[in-house]
Amino acid sequence: MNVTRPDFPLPVPSEDGAEFWEHLHAGEFRIQQCASCARLQHPPRTVCPGCGSAEHEWAQMSGRGSVFSFVVTHQAVHPAFEGHTPYVTVLVELEEGPRLASNLLDVAVDEVRIGMPVQVELVRVSDEVTLPLFRRAE
Amino acid sequence: MTSDAHPFMNRVAIAGIGETEYSRASGRSEARLALDAILSALEDAGIDKSEVDGLMRWSVDTTPEEEIAANLGISDLAWFGEVSQAGNVGAALVAHAAAAIATGLAKVVVIYRGVNGRSGRRYGRGEVTGRRGQGAAAYTEPFGMLTPQHNLAMFTRRRMHEFGTTSRQFGWVAVSEREHANRNPRATFYDRPLTIEDHQSSRFVIDPLRLYDCCLETDGGGALVLTSAERARDLRKPPALIRAAAQAGLSQRGIDTAATWNAPRLWAQAEVRPDEIDVVQIYDHFAPFVIFALEDYGFVARGEGGPFVEGGGIRWDGGKLPVNTSGGHLSEAYLQGMNQLLECVRQTRGESSSQVADAHLSFCDTGIGTGSIILERDR
Repeated sequence: MNVTRPDFPLPVPSEDGAEFWEHLHAGEFRIQQCASCARLQHPPRTVCPGCGSAEHEWAQMSGRGSVFSFVVTHQAVHPAFEGHTPYVTVLVELEEGPRLASNLLDVAVDEVRIGMPVQVELVRVSDEVTLPLFRRAE
Repeated sequence: MTSDAHPFMNRVAIAGIGETEYSRASGRSEARLALDAILSALEDAGIDKSEVDGLMRWSVDTTPEEEIAANLGISDLAWFGEVSQAGNVGAALVAHAAAAIATGLAKVVVIYRGVNGRSGRRYGRGEVTGRRGQGAAAYTEPFGMLTPQHNLAMFTRRRMHEFGTTSRQFGWVAVSEREHANRNPRATFYDRPLTIEDHQSSRFVIDPLRLYDCCLETDGGGALVLTSAERARDLRKPPALIRAAAQAGLSQRGIDTAATWNAPRLWAQAEVRPDEIDVVQIYDHFAPFVIFALEDYGFVARGEGGPFVEGGGIRWDGGKLPVNTSGGHLSEAYLQGMNQLLECVRQTRGESSSQVADAHLSFCDTGIGTGSIILERDR
């Protein structure tokens, strides 16, 4: 699906993190997982912070999580925000453990709460980039 | 001091301090601001610039050591270096410089900074601090987190949730510091009072952070001159002995600031307890981080920082533990830790505009628990 978004910077994937974005663009929400000790890690690392292995897999996530924290940007501290404030950025804690920054779809600014259950929705924002955004879950 | 004291303890001193005026438009280069502060600090110490053999700076600044050396006529620079990360490395710079002096690698080290943080590069602006979606920013900027404030606001919200800390308690930090600024003629807000109601009615910048939770933007310079304690005792001003200095990476995690790792090192090295500290400076880019630092360094228990500041626990006038006695980043100036270090020295010397009587041990955090020092008045 497509949504109108502020002109935020798009991700410029690093060599070691590219696969995260490739999976998203292919429609799959996967998080880096150590092939040796099974530790989940986000953002992706070059080697596993637990066991040091450089062998990674990409584990399919349920897409379910909850709001761990959130902020509401009121002041446009970047030209891209002009005309788009206030907007909410959330830190989602996935059911599987990892946390990631995101935005919510169709949730009013004053309705966001810590602990709110959310479900991922992959949103194509350009020909190259798909972002993991979240919707309120029932 | 016991005979088996930490080998670092009290062997090095801050012998001189210097600063420029604080303004919104300095009208001069960052190099000139740094040099003005350095020359002032050397004058304060009574050390000739020809004796400086070490220079250190924040890596985020624009004036390299060789440019300072060239301007000071120093051709033999025995020790130089920068500490990377962000504004948070003030205490780390003191630790590095003191280690060099304690081990004989340098004799006189100057730590300096000059920033046009209001008229030039504004750290609160996403187009200045943003990374255009590269590196780690790939995982935050596409969602509108483009400034350090976004990360810190996110951290703040969760910590409020965990411990019940309130925006009104942040207001007590801002108001207490403003009272100190109102006693400090150098402070940006010297002649502007602030009330809790002013704080509570100020607009949100990035909710949960209100306008008066946020630091100033400042043009200015500051410098510290470090040398051996032995040498410092023969100089113009009383030495501020470096009793301990510790650092920790920018490793805030969940609801833990880096003080989780830094504080045990600091207290063990210093061989004192938090309740033995007379006066405290804390890096206050945002007001709640004063509360979090009080908690994570162990001055109060977790969750008790809010109630502690409420009613005036950190005020110079009647507070149990005066904090940011020059007005801090919120009300004096935002030199990213440098002005806290300067005030820490002043308290040790008895020169603060809000002097704590008989301040013997003076504590300074320079950013989210990533670095701290304890200075001691020479007996």
